[in-house]
Amino acid sequence: MEGLIHEEYYVNKGDYVTAGSASADMKRKLRQLGVSALVLRRLAVASYEVELNLVIHSLGGKLIFDVDSTGVTLISTDKGPGIPDIEMAMREGYSTANDEARSLGFGAGMGLPNMKRNADEFSIESQPGVGTTITMRFLL
Amino acid sequence: MKLSELIPLIDATVLAGTDADPEIACGYTCDLLSWVMAHGAPGMAWVTVQTHLNVIAVAVLSEMACVILPESIDMEQESLDKARAEGMTVLRSPLPAYEICGRLYAQGVPAGA
Repeated sequence: MEGLIHEEYYVNKGDYVTAGSASADMKRKLRQLGVSALVLRRLAVASYEVELNLVIHSLGGKLIFDVDSTGVTLISTDKGPGIPDIEMAMREGYSTANDEARSLGFGAGMGLPNMKRNADEFSIESQPGVGTTITMRFLL
Repeated sequence: MKLSELIPLIDATVLAGTDADPEIACGYTCDLLSWVMAHGAPGMAWVTVQTHLNVIAVAVLSEMACVILPESIDMEQESLDKARAEGMTVLRSPLPAYEICGRLYAQGVPAGA
């Protein structure tokens, strides 16, 4: 399937100031394509959560955003530190966020569950010391 | 209820505003941003004591009608600048969050999803 949009967004560790700008840009591009409000909202929630996870937990990473005629694929890859126990990390209410993140109202342990709930397909792979890759697909 | 009716109802001051006067579809109060992302909805009036930049990002992504700061809390200038740039309304009320929600609910604004 020929791609309609391909974008890559770099997200820096600890950069709370610009967090959300990649999600806003993806949403804007999809709206221009006439994507339904429901899909836009689900994608915005999931992309914001994954963007914030990069800011809060990773050593930096990037989001790869691809749109084709049947759906949207969003891949997050980072430079580490990796997740030792994915099953725990997927549990609602479990968080390893630091005090700075918590003081801003993050670290509720809702990020990964929110992504899984809003994406049509969700997968996560992680290797401690190497990094984490999250792949989400939203059907149009 | 329109935004213009909500403002006097909670004795609010407009810290950042637009020319639009949207319908208030529902109300919500919470200070955990991930929680709000999960429950935010278009047209929502969101009461929060959080004032940093990410509040505006969450409100914009959820297409809310406005952010309401209770108990005369101030918002950082950079957050207000972002709200204006993104067309998000920010209100400040002297009332506590509990009473703001109570007044909205009594006037028929339902809870968010």
